[in-house]
Amino acid sequence: MALLKRDLALSVRAGGGFGLALAFFLIVVTLTPFAVGPNSATLATIAAGILWLGALLSCLLSLDRILALDFEDGSLELLATAPIPLEGVATLKAFAHWLTTGLPLTLAAPLLGVLLHLPAEGFFWLTLSLAIGTPALSVIGTFGAALTVGLKRGGLLLSLIVLPLYVPTLIFGAEVARRGTQGMPADTPLALLAGITLATVALLPFASAAAIRINLR
Amino acid sequence: MEMNVTDLAVTRGGMRVLEAVSFRVSAGRAVVLRGPNGIGKTTLLRTLAGLQLADSGSVEPGPEAMAYASHADGIKATLSVRENLTFWAKLHGMLDISNALRDFNLETLVERPAGSLSAGQKRRLGLARMAVTGRPIWLLDEPTVSLDTDSVALFASAVERHLAQGGRAVIATHIDLGLDGEVLQLGPFKAEAPEDPHEDFHEAFL
Amino acid sequence: MSERLPKPTSLWEYANPRRFMALSGFLLPFVAVGTAVALLIGLTWGFFFTPDDYRQGSTVKIIYIHVPSAMVAINAWMMMLVASLIWLIRRHHVSALAAKAAAPVGATMTLIALATGAIWGQPMWGTWWAWDPRLTSFLVLFLFYLGYMALWAAIDNDDTAAELTSVLCIVGSVFAVLSRYALAFWNQGLHQGASVLRAGAVTGDTEERVSNIFAVPLFISMAGFVGFFILLLLVRTRTEVRARRMKALQARERMS
Repeated sequence: MALLKRDLALSVRAGGGFGLALAFFLIVVTLTPFAVGPNSATLATIAAGILWLGALLSCLLSLDRILALDFEDGSLELLATAPIPLEGVATLKAFAHWLTTGLPLTLAAPLLGVLLHLPAEGFFWLTLSLAIGTPALSVIGTFGAALTVGLKRGGLLLSLIVLPLYVPTLIFGAEVARRGTQGMPADTPLALLAGITLATVALLPFASAAAIRINLR
Repeated sequence: MEMNVTDLAVTRGGMRVLEAVSFRVSAGRAVVLRGPNGIGKTTLLRTLAGLQLADSGSVEPGPEAMAYASHADGIKATLSVRENLTFWAKLHGMLDISNALRDFNLETLVERPAGSLSAGQKRRLGLARMAVTGRPIWLLDEPTVSLDTDSVALFASAVERHLAQGGRAVIATHIDLGLDGEVLQLGPFKAEAPEDPHEDFHEAFL
Repeated sequence: MSERLPKPTSLWEYANPRRFMALSGFLLPFVAVGTAVALLIGLTWGFFFTPDDYRQGSTVKIIYIHVPSAMVAINAWMMMLVASLIWLIRRHHVSALAAKAAAPVGATMTLIALATGAIWGQPMWGTWWAWDPRLTSFLVLFLFYLGYMALWAAIDNDDTAAELTSVLCIVGSVFAVLSRYALAFWNQGLHQGASVLRAGAVTGDTEERVSNIFAVPLFISMAGFVGFFILLLLVRTRTEVRARRMKALQARERMS
């Protein structure tokens, strides 16, 4: 609990990750019509997918901050010797990242949906799929951050490693939003998306903790 | 309860660094590690803290009794001195940080953001962290770096107080802190280059 | 390295670098000759001595490269997974180095499978690329290979690199399988199923399946590609072992 509180305080005070991800999300959405044209029918068809992709990329932006700062100032080492399992540290770090990135992105997505002419039926499904899917993005991202935490310039490598791991989450998440938008039943992909999130939250912290231990050795 | 290190061997970067390290520290005593740079003082302390795996040998008690302070202090610049200390105290299930603040002369600085502290003040905050962990054995890696003479004396008295309460300390330092304890020269434990290159698996590449 | 070694008592002893070097050095010429013969026979037979398909014409013959390379591309990753597990569980250095050595070969095979697929797909389906689940999962597999190799390249300490890439390989395998199912869910494809190894392939009783007359040279060609993979794997692992040996010698020099 103390760790979560500290991480939240840090990210709010440092200002960085929090606002940055949202600003990036806004920029991606703003640039989309410039690239595909202002035709509102075109935008309406791709809105759900663009919003998912934009949220995913914005999430990627702050991943290296999850662990790198704590690694540099020695906190990670001290956390590893503290009486709290490293798996717990990895889970809490991912949760803090989700609270400061995934959750704001989820809340901002419907607003940006208006800009992209997202059909009315889509708002509920888009928000729901992001709410369920973004925790997986944070947990998978924490794993990538744990792998690359010892590296001087790990940022680009982190993206290269994490993006392929995001494929299943993106497919099911965007599928829910797309089907919902088109008025089709979306419960199957929704169940699969929830399954992926639950499985990654339950299992991946073990891999993250193992990677952190290896990097601290 | 005394601290027992028996026949410890450590490898770093694929190379055996230390071999057959054995020593004991009884309650209220300190051991000062000495030896030239690169001999493995930091490696030994990290092994005792459980951050590095030993190839063989044993350390009693385990890492849960150790409080480790490395060159990096783990201080967050945007948090105040109080917030920094309270965080580590809570993490270790402790509540009271007032003793640590007093022992390391941080009382006047409590509300300052840690980022505005001088190097020496930061170091004192980093060492005060040891006191709030409530752990009996302190592992200190060059604790007096960037401390002025007064602060060194302050630090020495804090360690003494810890020892007087039945604590123990293993310290890598070149400065004579005037502590009650013995000096351990690491030189004799330096691992020899392997004679028979096919002896075991690591050397199998030779 | 030249003196005689005592007779091994367990299969695991071949994971010792010296034993591996001795054994692989002995096997290398046989694997090389076997691979050359199989590739020569399989490809020549396939290209010049099979009839053209009545629908696809001579384009069907790209199958003799496409299918074997695709098979090796997937199995190279499987081999890396097994090698990573062996390294994490039994700490055999050669195992970690073999996984490292396999990755670029696997990535290249994935590229070959993708390229030949595109060349074959153009006359068949009228398009170079379709977002078909099978094609797309190969593209995703290629990304996994890239990430794995980049992580190896980025970490200085060899043991740390071996550990972290092993963890990535295991987690990546799970996600690769997940991606495969997600992609199947996401789009129904143009690609025919994996028909080569089904029983019908030998009897060739339906036109959908790869028929008998193409199958024999295809199997020989597949054997050739597997041999080629093993050959490259052995050569590359030997290089990695020698590189490690060099580093170890330099480190010893510095120590004494």
